[in-house]
Amino acid sequence: MTAMLEVRGLTKHFYMRRGILRRIAGTVQAANDINFDVNEGETLAIVGESGCGKSTIGRTLLGLTPATAGTVSLDGEQVLTLDKTAMRSMRRKMQIIFQDPYGSLNPRMTVAETLAEPLLLHDLATPADVSQKVAELLDICGLQPWHAGRYPHEFSGGQRQRVGIARALATRPRVIVCDEPVSALDVSVQAQIINLLEDLQRQFGIGYVFISHDLAVVRHVATRVAVVYLGRIVEEAPTAALYAQPRHPYTLSLIKAAPRPDPSVEQISAPVQGDLPSALNPPSGCAFHPRCPMAQDRCRKERPELRPLDGGKVACHFAEQIQEGGFGEPTPVPPMLQRRLDVLERARAQSGAE
Amino acid sequence: MTTATLPTSAAEARGKQSVPFLEVQDLEVEFHVSGTVQRAVQGVSFTLDRGRTLGVVGESGCGKSVTSLSIMRLVPQPPGRYAGGRILLEGKDLLQVPEAEMRALRGGRIGMIFQEPMTSLNPVYTCGAQIRESLSVHSGLSRAAARDRAVELLDLVGLPSPKQRADDYPHQLSGGQRQRVMIALALANDPDLLIADEPTTALDVTIQAQILDLMGDLRERTGAAVMLVTHDLGVVAQTCDDVVVMYAGRVVERAPTKSLFADPQHPYTIGLMAAVPRIDAAIGRLATIPGAVPPPWKRITGCRFASRCPLATEQCRTEDPPLRELSPGHGVACWRAPIETVMS
Repeated sequence: MTAMLEVRGLTKHFYMRRGILRRIAGTVQAANDINFDVNEGETLAIVGESGCGKSTIGRTLLGLTPATAGTVSLDGEQVLTLDKTAMRSMRRKMQIIFQDPYGSLNPRMTVAETLAEPLLLHDLATPADVSQKVAELLDICGLQPWHAGRYPHEFSGGQRQRVGIARALATRPRVIVCDEPVSALDVSVQAQIINLLEDLQRQFGIGYVFISHDLAVVRHVATRVAVVYLGRIVEEAPTAALYAQPRHPYTLSLIKAAPRPDPSVEQISAPVQGDLPSALNPPSGCAFHPRCPMAQDRCRKERPELRPLDGGKVACHFAEQIQEGGFGEPTPVPPMLQRRLDVLERARAQSGAE
Repeated sequence: MTTATLPTSAAEARGKQSVPFLEVQDLEVEFHVSGTVQRAVQGVSFTLDRGRTLGVVGESGCGKSVTSLSIMRLVPQPPGRYAGGRILLEGKDLLQVPEAEMRALRGGRIGMIFQEPMTSLNPVYTCGAQIRESLSVHSGLSRAAARDRAVELLDLVGLPSPKQRADDYPHQLSGGQRQRVMIALALANDPDLLIADEPTTALDVTIQAQILDLMGDLRERTGAAVMLVTHDLGVVAQTCDDVVVMYAGRVVERAPTKSLFADPQHPYTIGLMAAVPRIDAAIGRLATIPGAVPPPWKRITGCRFASRCPLATEQCRTEDPPLRELSPGHGVACWRAPIETVMS
């Protein structure tokens, strides 16, 4: 059975050129041999720190930047080899939501114009019914009808992200790449947008490629998680398994480093030292070895291949030796907090009913 | 034990200390922008003692950064204006001292760390030069002594090969390294008060953990008072002794960290805690707070949170709730508090 979206061997190298002859002076291997599947209604999260190449993966798989190697297929159709016209209609099925909707929405277009454009371009609406279709989109994304006539600057961050989502949704895509969609938002608004994305997925069966640095958000939204370090997937596993028993020391350190909103748990001190190395000059062997507490001679010499382990995949020579677990049993919401939430929820329902 | 001025639990524990180290009283800050008056901070009060870390949490626009800038008196005037209140550092009102004295305090007794070190470090001077300048201005060290001390400071904050890094320009360093330089600069003159405004927000989690560790170590070593402005409840839970929760320019809840997390009282605080996705818990659907923060130019009578609060009554919409103490050190600005009365 083939998956809805299949990414195979996706590679993107950027070349640094110098001098009059523009000779290649260095190569940044931003994404290397990336493989994953996304099925209908599934969310694959791509997690990593800044500069690890996660955004490059998203942009390359959409063909927004040409791939160095590799293939992407959507419903069995090759994406990256399409000519311009075919690519344009393929774009209908593959959309993207950016971190900063302010930078990705045209400031001179009203929301109605922004949403109408893709509808008309892809023959999904006629000039006669386009305003009705726009109104439907606004409604689905939790915006009010009167928002249609407004410009991006008139919205708050959360509302603007809703417009960004409505724009991506306009063409009824199969896959949406969400590139840090909630990172710029406040916590209370972030929760609204996450819930909206989940609702839309349930309703339309969209597959998400969810790019994020926030492991708590990812745990919440993802079906599977791929952890990227310096342009390579170092671990991929179903969400529950990954958080319960991380198999790569880097994944473990990411999980341990996230501060937990609970003063009664003792946070262990920083699990890894040092910075992400330069992608221009990656370390030999396993790219993580200079920061890895488990590193041995073999790690410095031999790059570990991604290999299957316990239903997931991991690229570490010593994955079996990681004993320390992550968070197996999810702790429920503290009863104290839950009771208070219930009170607020009931009051909200009542005032809504009045 | 209820006192009128609501000291933090730290001050209470010490008892003997009559004057808190830092006391902010009824601070009011306004911005005059194109004919409108935006009241960014309204009646904010709290205290902070030596050796303690106070977290100031809230979402964007709640006034937390303006509060921290006010303590250093760095709010640009105009358009900003200190409309009322006092900021007492060991009893002396920082809003009244002459500018020359304030300049001596900034970078001297008061150290500052900002979110984006790239924009707060000078790009045309080496990291070492910037630290040396601060040392010679505030501590009057000789060139040679300042050079040694700068390298020592860079070493203290965990920068690898500090001697070489001292000759690097900010752009040559990574984000985490730049933040370490920023911390070294803030610590250069042994401040008693360290103000950190979102010091780890721009950093990756593994680097964030390192920086928070570093700040914790330094606080222990120097006994400085730390004010940590953040939007991240996780950071607060792990690093702060006391917390102030701000909403739309006001303090809505103030408590020791443990007490706040064990017994959140304000509907906003409760909503905020439930809205955070947790790495250690699968909590189904995230709770949301419907609506959005009111814009700063909007005149609001009554509680600022009333329009989003399911418990709001007529009183909430017309009268501004004062911060009342429910248990020692735990104050909340809500007419419906304590929430237990609503629950039963």
